Amino acid sequence: MEKESLLKYGVNELKSWIDKRFPLTELWNDHVAKYYAPKNLNFWYYFGALSMFVLVLQIITGIWLTMNYNPSAEGAFDSIEYIMRDVPFGWLLRYMHSTGASFFFIVVYLHMFRAMLYGSYKKPRELIWIIGLLIYLCLMIEAFFGYLLPWGQMSFWGAKVITSLFGAVPFIGDWLMEIIRGDFNVSGVTLNRFFALHVVAIPLVLLGLVVAHIISLHEVGSNNPDGIEIKKLKDENGIPKDGIAFHPYYTSKDAVGLVFFLILFSLVLFYFPTMGGYFLEAPNFDPANSLVTPEHIAPVWYFTPFYAILRAIPDKLAGVIAMGVSVVIFFFLPWLDRSNVKSIRYRGIYYKIFLTLFVISFVILGWLGMEVPTPEKTLLAQICSLIYFSFFFLMPIYTTLDKNMTVPKRLT
Amino acid sequence: MNSYKMNLNRRKFLSYTTAAVGGIGMAFASVPFIGSWLPSAKAKALGAPVEVDISQIQEGQKITVAWRGQPVFIVNRTQEYLNIARSTSNEQLRDPNSNESLQPEYARNDVRSIKDNILVLIGLCTHLGCVPLYKPKMGELDSSWKGGFFCPCHGSKFDFSGRVFKGVPAPTNLSVPPHKYVGTSRLIIGEGS
Amino acid sequence: MFKKNIFVFLYTILFSSLALSSGNHLNLDKANVNVKDYASLQRGAKIYMTTCATCHSLKYVRYKEMAKQIEMVDSSGDILVDVVKDGLMYSGGKITNTVLSALSEDDGEKWFGKSPPDLSLVARSRGVDWIYTYLRTFYKDDSKLWGVNNIVFPDVAMPHVLLNYQGLKGLSEENSHHINLKLIQQGSLNEKEYDLMVLDLVNFLSYVGEPHQVERKKMGVYVLIFLSILLVIVYLLKREYWKDVK
Repeated sequence: MEKESLLKYGVNELKSWIDKRFPLTELWNDHVAKYYAPKNLNFWYYFGALSMFVLVLQIITGIWLTMNYNPSAEGAFDSIEYIMRDVPFGWLLRYMHSTGASFFFIVVYLHMFRAMLYGSYKKPRELIWIIGLLIYLCLMIEAFFGYLLPWGQMSFWGAKVITSLFGAVPFIGDWLMEIIRGDFNVSGVTLNRFFALHVVAIPLVLLGLVVAHIISLHEVGSNNPDGIEIKKLKDENGIPKDGIAFHPYYTSKDAVGLVFFLILFSLVLFYFPTMGGYFLEAPNFDPANSLVTPEHIAPVWYFTPFYAILRAIPDKLAGVIAMGVSVVIFFFLPWLDRSNVKSIRYRGIYYKIFLTLFVISFVILGWLGMEVPTPEKTLLAQICSLIYFSFFFLMPIYTTLDKNMTVPKRLT
Repeated sequence: MNSYKMNLNRRKFLSYTTAAVGGIGMAFASVPFIGSWLPSAKAKALGAPVEVDISQIQEGQKITVAWRGQPVFIVNRTQEYLNIARSTSNEQLRDPNSNESLQPEYARNDVRSIKDNILVLIGLCTHLGCVPLYKPKMGELDSSWKGGFFCPCHGSKFDFSGRVFKGVPAPTNLSVPPHKYVGTSRLIIGEGS
Repeated sequence: MFKKNIFVFLYTILFSSLALSSGNHLNLDKANVNVKDYASLQRGAKIYMTTCATCHSLKYVRYKEMAKQIEMVDSSGDILVDVVKDGLMYSGGKITNTVLSALSEDDGEKWFGKSPPDLSLVARSRGVDWIYTYLRTFYKDDSKLWGVNNIVFPDVAMPHVLLNYQGLKGLSEENSHHINLKLIQQGSLNEKEYDLMVLDLVNFLSYVGEPHQVERKKMGVYVLIFLSILLVIVYLLKREYWKDVK
C-alpha cells in the first residue's frame, strides 16, 4: 500500500514539475482526455487515425530501408535486391514499405470520401479541408519521387513520362523539364535528388501539415454523420450534450479499427505483396534501361484516374491542364457546394445522384488509366471525365436546387 | 453499486490484458527492425576466413593480411626470438599469462601460438587501435629493447609474443584471432581448430 | 440511400476487375510451381548450373545461402559444402560467392547480338508461366542464326540449349489461328519427361526470384493468429468502455 502511493506521489511530482515548464497536462486534456467528439462517429471515421498510423509506418520502414539503399543509378536496383535477399528481414521491411504506400492511398481516399459524404469540408471546416488537400498533393509527389528509387524499368519510364509533362508548359517548358531532371534525360542525378526529397524534405512537410491539420480540426471540433454541430448544445459544464471524450472512447474504438486494419494489411503483406502486379509491378523487376521502353507504361493504381483524364484529351497541354484541374478543383468544394445541409443523410436527390455518378466515373477512370488506350476506351474516358467534372462544375446549381430534409437538433 | 465496481475491475483487467498483449506484439514487431542490423549475408561473405600460404614467409619476417577489415600480423619467429619471448620476466609484463587478454584457448601459452615459430596476432594496439610497428632488432628503440612491437601513437610496447609491457597505456596483450593450419603451409585465419 | 452508393461502388469494382482480367494477348501454359519441393529445386539448380549459368548469371544469388534454402544440408543443418562445390560450382571459387557467368558482357553481345541477361528476377518480371512456355516452344527455323525460333519470344537471340533433351520441333501447317508444333527429331526425353525437367528449372527460378517466399508465408500465419487474438481482446475493451455511452 505504502509503496503504491509513494510511486503515485513521485509520478505526480514529476508531472507538476513538467507542467510548470511545458503544458503537458493541458495538451493531453485539450486534445485527448477532454476533447469532445460526437458520439455517433461511424466506419468512415476510422481513416484519419489510420492515415496517421500508415504515415508513421512509412517513415519508420523508410528510414530502415535507407540504411541499406544506394541512391545511385549504378547501385540502386542492386541495393534493393540486397535488401530483399541478404539483409536479415530486409524483404519484410521492403514489403511493408511498398504495401504501406498502396494502403496509404486506400486509406486517404476513403478518408476524403467521408468528407464528401458528410460535408466535412463545409464552414467552419474549410481550412481543415484545404490543409488536407495539401497533404494529399504532398503524398502524390512523395509517391512519385519514391517510385523512381528502385530504378526499375517502370520507375525510369514513368518518371520520364511525368517529367516530360512539364515540357508542355508554354515558353519555359523545356527549361522546366531540364531543371527538374537535373540532366538532359532522367538519370542518376534525378535519382539522387528525388531520393533527398523523398526521404527528408517531403516527410518533414507532411509532418508539419498533419500537425496543422489536427490543430485546425481541434479548433472547430469534428463533424459527424448527421452533419450537426454538437457544440451548439452544451450542458451545464460546457460539455456538448452529444459529445464524448476522445479518450477512452475513441482511443479504444480506434484501437479496434487499427487491429482490424493490421489484419488486412498483413494479409496483403505476407500473401499478396505484389497484388497481381498492382502494388509491385512486374516490369519493375527489370533494371532501368534508357534504350528500351517497356511494352506498357502505366502509373501505379492510385494515379490512374488522373492519368486517364490526361490521356482522354487529345492535346498535350490541354490534357495536362485537365489533369491539373481534376485535382485542384477539390480545393473549391467548400464554395461550390451551396447546400445549407452538410450530411448526405439530409440532402436532396440531386447530390446523391451526382455523388454516385462521380464515384462510378472515378473508378472507371481508374481502370481505364491502367489499360492500353483504344478508340472505344478513349471515348469512355472522355465521357467519364465529363461526368467527373460536372460533379464539381454543376454543383453550385444542383446543390441550390436540391430539396433538402430538415436536420434534427440532436444526433441520431 | 456492486455492478459498477465489477465493471471497474473488468475494465482494469481488460486494459492490462490489452497492454500486455499489445506490448508483446510491439516486441515481436521490433524484431525485423533490430534484426536487420545484424551482419547481412554479404557482410558475412566479406568477413569469411582468409587463407594464407606461410611457406613463403622468411625467418624473422612479418607479413600483414587483411581479415574482416583488420590487419593480421603473421610472424615467422626465429629460435632467438622465441628464446627472448620465453625469457621475458613476468615482472616486466602487465598480463604475462594472458588472463585478461583475448585469444583462443589454444593460444594461451607462453608463446601464444599453435606452432612455436608462427605467431598470429591482430595488428591493432589494444590501447586505441593504431597499427603497431614490428621492431625485431635489439636496441632498436632504446638500449634495453630486446625486440617486439612498438605502437607509435602513444608508445605502447609488446614482446615477441605480443604481450604488453608494464608502464605503457595499452591494457592487454595483442589479441590472437581464431586460426588453424591445414597441412604444413596453409594457415586459415578466422576459423578456430 | 447511402447504402446504394456502396452497392454501386462494389458493382463497379466487380465489373472493372472482370474486364481487367482480359489483358493477356499470349496464351501461356500454366506452370504448377511448388517452391517447397526441395528435390525439384535441387534438380533445377543442377540444370541451371550445367546448362544456363555459362551465359546467364544469377548475380544476386549466393551459393551458400542458396544451398541452405534448398535444403542441401546434413542432419544437423550444416551445408554440404563439398556436394555444392562439386555439383554446382563449375568455375570454382568460394561458397560465399554469387553465381556469375563466365561470359563477359562484351563477348555476349558479340556472339548473340544481345548480352544474355541476368536471370535472378526473370520469374518476377516475366512470370513462371512465361518461362515454362518459352522453354518448350522452340522450333526449327533455318533463317535464324542458331537454327531455331520461339513462339513466346519471336526472333530470340538464344539457341535452344535444351535441344538434346526435348528434341527438335517444327511448325505444323495445320491451324493458322493457333500455332502448333510437332516433333521432327527425337530428344533423349519424351514430352512428359521434358515438361517435368522444365518445371524443375522453373521451380528453381521461382525460388531464385524471391528466396524468402516460404519464410514469408510461414511468418504470415503467426502474425495473423496473433492479430486475431489481439482483435478479440481490444474489441472486448472497447465494448466495455462504450457501455457508458447511450
